[in-house]
Amino acid sequence: MKQGIAYFVVIAVLGNIIAALWLMWWTNKDSGKIPAKDTTHVWDDDLTEYNNPLPRWWLWMFFLSIVFGLGYLVLFPGLGNYPGLLHWSSVSQLDAEDSAARAAFEQRFAGYKDKSLTEMSKDPTAMATARNLFALNCSSCHGSDARGAKGFPNLTDQDWLWGGTEDAVYQSIAKGRENAMPAWGPAIGPEGVEQVLAYVLTLSGRQGPGALASPETIAAGKTRFETLCVACHGPDGKGNQALGAPNLTDNIWLHGGSVDDIRETITQGRINHMPPHLERLGETKVRLLAAYVISLSPPVAAR
Amino acid sequence: MKADAPTGRGLYKAHQKVYAREVGGRFVRLRNMAVVVLLGLYYGLPWLQWNGRQALLFDLPARKFYLFGLTIFPQDLYLLTWLLIMAALSLFFFTALAGRLWCGYACPQTVWTEIFVWMERLTEGNRSQQMKLDRGPWTRAKFARKFAKQALWIGFAGFTGMTFVGYFSPIHALVGKIAGGTLAGWELFWVIFYGFATYGNAGFMREQVCLYMCPYARFQSAMFDRNTLIISYDAKRGEPRGPLRHDSTRVEGKGDCIDCTLCVQVCPTGIDIRKGLQYECIACAACIDACDGVMKKVGLPVGLVRYGTQSELDGTPTRIFRPRILIYMALLGALLAGFAYAVAHRSLVDLDVLRDRNTLYRELDDGRIENVFTVRIINKDQHAHAFRLSASGLPNAIVDSDDGAQAVEAENVKSIVVRVRIPAYQEHGGKNFVITAQALDDPSLQAKSRARFYSKP
Repeated sequence: MKQGIAYFVVIAVLGNIIAALWLMWWTNKDSGKIPAKDTTHVWDDDLTEYNNPLPRWWLWMFFLSIVFGLGYLVLFPGLGNYPGLLHWSSVSQLDAEDSAARAAFEQRFAGYKDKSLTEMSKDPTAMATARNLFALNCSSCHGSDARGAKGFPNLTDQDWLWGGTEDAVYQSIAKGRENAMPAWGPAIGPEGVEQVLAYVLTLSGRQGPGALASPETIAAGKTRFETLCVACHGPDGKGNQALGAPNLTDNIWLHGGSVDDIRETITQGRINHMPPHLERLGETKVRLLAAYVISLSPPVAAR
Repeated sequence: MKADAPTGRGLYKAHQKVYAREVGGRFVRLRNMAVVVLLGLYYGLPWLQWNGRQALLFDLPARKFYLFGLTIFPQDLYLLTWLLIMAALSLFFFTALAGRLWCGYACPQTVWTEIFVWMERLTEGNRSQQMKLDRGPWTRAKFARKFAKQALWIGFAGFTGMTFVGYFSPIHALVGKIAGGTLAGWELFWVIFYGFATYGNAGFMREQVCLYMCPYARFQSAMFDRNTLIISYDAKRGEPRGPLRHDSTRVEGKGDCIDCTLCVQVCPTGIDIRKGLQYECIACAACIDACDGVMKKVGLPVGLVRYGTQSELDGTPTRIFRPRILIYMALLGALLAGFAYAVAHRSLVDLDVLRDRNTLYRELDDGRIENVFTVRIINKDQHAHAFRLSASGLPNAIVDSDDGAQAVEAENVKSIVVRVRIPAYQEHGGKNFVITAQALDDPSLQAKSRARFYSKP
């Protein structure tokens, strides 16, 4: 607060209190002017207003309010830039309540510190909390049912972009993931895109319409794939979890599986970003979330 | 309005304690009965048990109000509003009919003051003994009496505060905490706060609450008319007032009022009813009992001070069924019938449907369109039920969920994520449909909620 405004506030607050005190003193003194019986107002011929005085304790309550107000101004901020003896602020209160809530949470889940994520993923108490954490922090992208959406991976299938081990899932949530596929349209032209598209479709056992189905196009696409795409997606197109390069042979498509969608992906490239959560949520919550994600995709044998 | 003007000239006056004389009679008996019944209900109800839990419990942290067999959820809060509107209308109705019945017989301020006054009489004696005691010096006897009174008051106020908290926090556990000295936090605060409020209001503030604080006291007179029953002094019969002769016969030309001032001495608000209707009068009828007793003693007919109407005092007949009364009655009856219907036909299942916020729709690899909803099933019944979810108004729609059978525990809420799915390109744009949750073991137990399905434009 600027010094001038601070002084104005101090003067206004104290001035008001002094004015209130004066008003009480003035109404309490025997002025000798107010008639004892009534206020001399008469309406409708015979209606008069009597002077029915307030009980004196009412006046004490006014004084008590002033004492309370002065006490408040000493303890809490109210007089300009004076912070008050308690140094209270809404920010400090929020911080205190926030750290208290965090400490209570940490204490409640202290017993899980030594458990593996897989063990946690089978604990109903931990998963009930993790489910709420997921709804709060993850569902806005991955969906309430964790099945994702276009551009946001489905977490309930067995297909992992960055790996499905305990450590890989934990790293994905804690540190986040960043990945980009370059745009190939400018480099290989529309014809090249069609060729790669035709070949990529066959990796999932599909066949495109029209020219995309011709063996020559597919063969040309295979050649292009083996020079351009193998670096990330591998010679067999099964991807590389170390790079976060998707498996192209399982007919699971992060950015849409229609022919048009895949063409757009090859032509314009894709950028994906998963934000890091460790700093924001803390170790315990990230571990709970990682365990929850693991619980969504149990090993194939268990299905 | 108060007829006697203050003697001072200021805007404030010192409070003077009203020493109300004890009186006997039929209205006092009625009032004592009201005290016993109402306080009995207040102190007794929290101890009642129902199906293994406290029969009457307002569980604020869990957002559940238990009223015997009825469990009120936040979704039912309109019932409470309804109840309060009925309470307000009843106040209007009974006030128009028979004056300030509420103030005289049922108001907590009156009822607790009665108990505190009774304790005061127990320890300090009757009216004149109390006045003498207060005027006299601080002797050992005076201290003992005052101490006994305070001990009774504070003990009773503390018990009142505990009972109050017992409506919000299970009372058996609460008593255990008090006995063990482990009561803390908000429970302790409210026990002390409510106890202190009882002690202050019933012990010291008394009639001043009615005179200076209570809004109902002031606006009830707006519901009075010439046919409302009020505590009235029959001035035609009583005036001119005057004392009896020494041989207990009346002076020639004097009215029936013998000016014994007993009606003033028994008044808990310290007014003289012979000056007519005043805002201070809480219609407790103590003056009626006092005057009737005197009239019987001097051999005159009772009823010089009585429940009467302005019309009756003026010598015209009293009309009970006038438009004001009939309208209040009709409104009250309609609301009561509606309330009974709403409670009886209250749905024991509620359903909330929330759309997922990030994507409008999801296209599966085979072209089918999926929308994700979070469904909250609120089971207000006292038994657990399994629910089946279905969609109507959306052809070929399938409701799918990872959670299997939707078992919801008794009096509990469960959130379930569901996927509603339709065949490829069946719908275009958005379409409203209805999700229904139906109990498997009781098909009549169901709730519906509207939702919107989005698909490719």
